[in-house]
Amino acid sequence: MEFFKIRRDIPFMRHALLFNAISALTFLAAVFFLFSRGLHFSIEFTGGTLIEMSYATAADTDRIRGVLQKAGFEDVTVQNFGSSRDVLIRLPVKRDQTSADLATSVLSLLKQDDPSAERRRTEFVGPQVGSELARDGLIALLVTAIGIVIYLALRFEWKFGVAAIIANLHDVVIILGFFALFQWEFSLPVLAAVLAVLGYSVNESVVIADRIRENFRRMRRASVTEVIDNAITRTISRTIITHGCTQAMVTSMLFFGGAALHYFALALTIGILFGIYSSVLVMAPLVRWLGVKREDLIRAPAKRKDEAVV
Amino acid sequence: MNRYPIWVYITVAVALALGLLYTLPNFYGETPAVQVSSARVTIKVDEATQAAIETELKRAEIPYTGVLLDATGVRVRFANVDLQGKGKDALSAALNPKAGDEQYTIALNLMANSPDWLRSLHALPMYLGLDLRGGVHFLYRVNLDEALVKRLDGLSGNIRAQFRDKSLRHNGISREGRTLVLRFRDAATRDKARALLGDGFPELVSEALDVEGESRLQARIRPEAEKQIQDDAIKQNISTFHNRVNELGVSEPVIQQQGADRILVQLPGVQDTARAKEILGRAATLEFRLVEAHAGGSDSRDFDPAKIEAAMKGTVPLGTELRFSRSDARRGDRGEPLLLSKQVILTGDRLTGASAGFDQNQRASVNIDLDAQGGRIMRDVTRDAVKRRMAVLLVEKGVPEVLTAPVIQSELGNRFQITGLFNPKEAADLSLLLRAGSLAAPMEIIEERTVGPSLGRDNIEKGFNSTLWGFVAISLFMIAYYMVFGVFSVLALSTNLLLLLAILSIMQATLTLPGIAAIALTLGMAIDANVLINERIREELREGASPQAAIAVGYERAFGTILDSNVTTLIAGIALLLIGSGPVRGFAVVHCLGILTSMFSAIVVSRAMVNLTFGRRRRLVGVPIGNTAWN
Repeated sequence: MEFFKIRRDIPFMRHALLFNAISALTFLAAVFFLFSRGLHFSIEFTGGTLIEMSYATAADTDRIRGVLQKAGFEDVTVQNFGSSRDVLIRLPVKRDQTSADLATSVLSLLKQDDPSAERRRTEFVGPQVGSELARDGLIALLVTAIGIVIYLALRFEWKFGVAAIIANLHDVVIILGFFALFQWEFSLPVLAAVLAVLGYSVNESVVIADRIRENFRRMRRASVTEVIDNAITRTISRTIITHGCTQAMVTSMLFFGGAALHYFALALTIGILFGIYSSVLVMAPLVRWLGVKREDLIRAPAKRKDEAVV
Repeated sequence: MNRYPIWVYITVAVALALGLLYTLPNFYGETPAVQVSSARVTIKVDEATQAAIETELKRAEIPYTGVLLDATGVRVRFANVDLQGKGKDALSAALNPKAGDEQYTIALNLMANSPDWLRSLHALPMYLGLDLRGGVHFLYRVNLDEALVKRLDGLSGNIRAQFRDKSLRHNGISREGRTLVLRFRDAATRDKARALLGDGFPELVSEALDVEGESRLQARIRPEAEKQIQDDAIKQNISTFHNRVNELGVSEPVIQQQGADRILVQLPGVQDTARAKEILGRAATLEFRLVEAHAGGSDSRDFDPAKIEAAMKGTVPLGTELRFSRSDARRGDRGEPLLLSKQVILTGDRLTGASAGFDQNQRASVNIDLDAQGGRIMRDVTRDAVKRRMAVLLVEKGVPEVLTAPVIQSELGNRFQITGLFNPKEAADLSLLLRAGSLAAPMEIIEERTVGPSLGRDNIEKGFNSTLWGFVAISLFMIAYYMVFGVFSVLALSTNLLLLLAILSIMQATLTLPGIAAIALTLGMAIDANVLINERIREELREGASPQAAIAVGYERAFGTILDSNVTTLIAGIALLLIGSGPVRGFAVVHCLGILTSMFSAIVVSRAMVNLTFGRRRRLVGVPIGNTAWN
């Protein structure tokens, strides 16, 4: 079997401007949604109480909300979780109330209302933990980005490091943009997925950068554009097959992983799809515009020194 | 060209064998069990206990599937969770007839079903995290400032006593924030006091000051001593938790320090959060203090209703505070007003034991044991205080409550009794708290999770299914696309999974749902290495390389790329480890390990298979790696 029989290099660079315009637009849209709607953080970040209940028959969320509001719980969100029989109840942090009382009183209220209600899990996070998590998450993102730039700068050239990180942070922003647009819940596993995507997309950029370097050695007479076009064309098969395989695993999580893994898998899906695009069609043009040259990657021969002497 | 030296094959074979061996225990599963262990030093769990347990279970007609006696106690296996619960209740009733005076700790447990020979090789299954087996999770924050303040208060008392012994006159010792301020009439006395402090209290550093014509000493705790006090406070709280968890009867609890001032407590299998929290979280510190004045009765010393009255109006003498004893519903009052010395004689950390009992008049009592130093202090203080009253305070969340203020009947030592105001149940409750130790510094819960058992089972199933079907999909595709080399790739990926599980089992890592997701994701990403290799071999073939050369060059060229891309993935993994707490950390550990094992399996193991199959053939006509001819 063979999917990709590409005999002539595809002139990716000819359309570079178009691709970059597309990514700039998506990026701006993502930033816009991030600022206008904001992320819907899980209680791990905001602090608060979360209770997951399971009922024998389909749960009536309006009724549950009513029961809780009548008992004086304000700002309660009640929604189905995974299936119609499972319900997720969120309560914001209250200053003068301890976690224990809150969860226990909600549980007893709901049990009174419907004896078939079974507690699946409860979670309480203090507000202080939440803000720390958000800070640590940002630090992790920065550490990853800086680490990757340094590594790529050492292994290749600073232009590749910068291009790769711009391309891949653009993926991260787009994932976040999706989460803001659809108000999907941004939880710790999603954060883990985002960071994993960052590492994974950089893989892609590395594979292409590797090829570009090799091509500079092999294709002595070719222009930079031709070198890059060839590198992308020759790795496209691997790019798509690898991403397809990873996506197969992620899709399986999306189908079988249930509600707990849903957003995790969703973040990965977006990351993988945009990862292909960004590393191929964003990173490579950026490298060119940063002015990559054959001499950047292939050490100039020691001849220069002799000339100086002469 | 494509031959490995024999030692590489041996290494691969050994790695596979070890991987298999250490992954094996995870497949046997676990059976519900009840663990009976001794709650006291004096009580031994031996064959006699085992026999008693078996007779009791037979009498109660509860079928069990096995009994095992080892160093930790007796463990009884049951066929299912229902029987396990019944078994626990029956055994609790039979072995611990007296509530509040437990001789045995009876805990629900899970026992690995793996055979003995595996266990003797330390091949044990992974722990399942709370999200997979159900249970409660608490994260406590320890108030370390409070520990320092308490230490300063204790020190100021000791300094006073020291000054009294040496007949050194001072104009008062008070605490201002984290500083002790000692006032003296003149500089000469102050210098003497300073020398005394230097000798007797090495953890303090003092500074001489003259303020408003008064000679003062300002003493603070040295930074290194401060650190020590805080470390000790955390350690003591952790050990207190251990004791309290034992009282709860939980097996395999996780109690560990997290960060500078946090303690994580995970109790697998526990569903009754309220009770767990009550026992764990009653941040009870015990303090013994002398009563300076009371209006209780003239049969004890310091009977001074006038002083109490004045105090109620707001004039509280220096160094004392007004407290009310616990209100008594039967008498319908709000408790007896007492003027207490601020000086703490003893705190709960000097306590070595406490039990409920009855005194000679058959009144409920609490018997208290102190350690040697505690006994000495108690003796020194009570020698001159017979017929004075001593208050026992329980400090919860910074609010002290006078539990009782009995009259000291004689000089007390290492052992003494509190009698009087308790009913038997109260005595049992108090002794339980005292026995479990008291916390050195107050704590608050900043994170709490409860996972029901049904959710845990669901999560295991979901995690397993997603990995399985993802793996199947990848395998089918790889074999269809790359033929024989696809088979090698799939075998390499299986090796990766095997090694990853083996390492996690050897590390005795805790498997969580994010951990399972990380395994799945790592597999999905690890196939990249094989795709790179296979594509490269195809490319070389297409360009006219001979089959053997194509294989060799393919592996060689792909290696650099695989290394680079894995290093970048590893950077992200390590960043996750850095921020990691809880679920993210589990994810990161698996992710990082998976990258390392994938390097070995995708490059070395798959190459070993290729070399074994094709390496010896001199005339290899084609490579079964799918279609490479484009014409």
